[in-house]
Amino acid sequence: MDRVKRTLTPYLLVLPGGLWLLLFFAVPMVTMLSLSLQEGDIVNGFVFTGHWQNYTESLADYQTQLIRSLVYGAVTSIVLIVLAFPVAYWIAFYGGRKKATYLFLIMLPFFVSFVLRTISWRMLLTDDGVLLHPLKSAGILPDDFQVLGSSSAVIFGLVYSFLPFMVLPIYVALERIDPRVVEAARDLYASPMTSFRKVIFPLALPGVFAGVLMTFVPASSDYVNSELLGSSETTMIGQVIQAKFLSNSDYPSASALSFTLMAVLLIGVFSYARALGTEDVMKVAAR
Amino acid sequence: MTQSRLGRRDALRLGGLSAMGAFLAACGVEGKGKPQASIAPDAVAKFWNGKTQKGQLNFANWPLYMDPKKPELKKFTQKTGIQVKYDEVIQEMGPWFAKVQPQLSAGQSIGYDLMVITNSIQFGQFRDSGFLAPLDHSKLPNYAANAAKSYAASSYDPGNVFSIPYASGITGIAYDPSKITDPVTSLADLWNPKYKGKVGMFKDLQELGNFGLLAAGLDPSKSDETAWKTAAAKLKEQKDGGIVRNYYDQSYVDALGKGEVWITQAWSGDIFQKNVSDGTNFKFVIPSEGGTIWTDNMAIPVTAENPVDAIELMDFLYDLENATTLAEYINYVCPVPGAQAQMKKHAAAASGEDKEFLLSVADSPLVFPGDAEYKRLHYYVNFNTAEEKNDFERVFQPIVLG
Repeated sequence: MDRVKRTLTPYLLVLPGGLWLLLFFAVPMVTMLSLSLQEGDIVNGFVFTGHWQNYTESLADYQTQLIRSLVYGAVTSIVLIVLAFPVAYWIAFYGGRKKATYLFLIMLPFFVSFVLRTISWRMLLTDDGVLLHPLKSAGILPDDFQVLGSSSAVIFGLVYSFLPFMVLPIYVALERIDPRVVEAARDLYASPMTSFRKVIFPLALPGVFAGVLMTFVPASSDYVNSELLGSSETTMIGQVIQAKFLSNSDYPSASALSFTLMAVLLIGVFSYARALGTEDVMKVAAR
Repeated sequence: MTQSRLGRRDALRLGGLSAMGAFLAACGVEGKGKPQASIAPDAVAKFWNGKTQKGQLNFANWPLYMDPKKPELKKFTQKTGIQVKYDEVIQEMGPWFAKVQPQLSAGQSIGYDLMVITNSIQFGQFRDSGFLAPLDHSKLPNYAANAAKSYAASSYDPGNVFSIPYASGITGIAYDPSKITDPVTSLADLWNPKYKGKVGMFKDLQELGNFGLLAAGLDPSKSDETAWKTAAAKLKEQKDGGIVRNYYDQSYVDALGKGEVWITQAWSGDIFQKNVSDGTNFKFVIPSEGGTIWTDNMAIPVTAENPVDAIELMDFLYDLENATTLAEYINYVCPVPGAQAQMKKHAAAASGEDKEFLLSVADSPLVFPGDAEYKRLHYYVNFNTAEEKNDFERVFQPIVLG
């Protein structure tokens, strides 16, 4: 009896999570894969015909948006590293007893809905808004200067939205550095710069890699920032998918595009992880 | 050369693949397509037979489509005892259809007994999928007595089999006269390089396509795919010239208010309401090439739990007094022509600013268009088949999605 219990326990433990995955991941994925190969329309229904042209056609129409999304995602990640590293460094090494408070402050904006915060940026950055209007009337900026609608506005929004996801993993990596290692470097006459370059930065790299994983993927598939801060020149693939699903009821092409995006991101993430040593990155990402 | 025989492994793999194919084919979206142009003569009796009043009703409407204090609904509850739960949950037609389609398809209630849907692409989808309850006109005496007769001849719902209008509106051009001093009269002003980066267009493909067609000198209601392509080229030219700032949904009102756009495609009532509520002085014009007229319609989902209460409210809003107060607030085209005289009576009884405002609404050609206006207004593009609709979207969607 006991033996039965013992052998069953692990399965029972995995059951809730497993069911969850099956219900909310596997089933929708298979449905979407199926939809992406169907033909038809919303009124008469869609029929599975193995219509792989949904992929080629939608990709031919919207490859610009797909590439643009990946570029925005990559630029966002790079800007984030530059911004987040000093912040994480400062909290980890100079935060003292208030470290938890500083981390809390970084997370604080998350208490307000992401969409609401993006709408607020839209109000701040608008052409005659509180930021640009005074500068324009003072003659510092030309009258037709605008921020909204440009690629920089969208990338700005993405950077703003995902900043904590870069700060936290870098902070965790820095926090785990044994101070004695740094001391040792100094004892060996390394300058602060050299000890940073040769000791601290390499030890923090797994955090940076994890940060890139956690920001590149959501930034590339984001559509809220582009929708609210961008224009028709900054459309990202998420917007195309959204429009095809919700406005056009063109479920097959929307599913095909979703699957393509997922495949590209998966391939990208795996080759990235492979190049850097999967185990390390995944371990850091998991902590 | 030896040809490799189909090995056991390959056979398994193929078997697996086809099994996978069958599995994939099993998960899809089922349609409900049945031609609705000629509904069965007993459909009305069949639907309404045995249905009784329940004393409550859920109403799904667009935002800014009723006085927030809901005076008409309060009156309705007083008179009939029916409680109304009113939600402003409809923001765009496409997403609304996408949201309720699965429930309607499965024959389940969507939680609303009355909804207001525009005569857009989605109206056809609702109608052709059999999602709308056929109306029992014997329950609509006020509608028969007071509605403008022209509505019965609408192309999207001839004879008002499934819907009666809530309000209509005109799509034209709005502009900020403090930024644009030249007179704005024609669609060409939306293509004017002088306003580069300050022009707003609609994201809705019907609205956008219509203006492209009108600008190219084509009639939307009689257009075909060749015409659409001409219109798309015209719109592409406007976009590539950097003239369009963005393609907007309802947010264009905000963009106009914040100086993001100076001149934009616009809905008549919005500009009226914005001027009244924010003290702005934006102008609305029907372009010389013509504007478009659309109608938002009240319809009962076929799975509604309280259809009798819903149809009673529909008729109640066609009572002369109720239609008048509604139009006084929303400032869209009123489907009841008699409301104009009634509104003047209200004005005569009022004084000061109220009087002035009521008179301006009653005399506005945007609320009570005359023959001269109607002549310049065009109807939406019509689709006979789902394929046509898909073609239309494939032609215009890439313009919005750059």
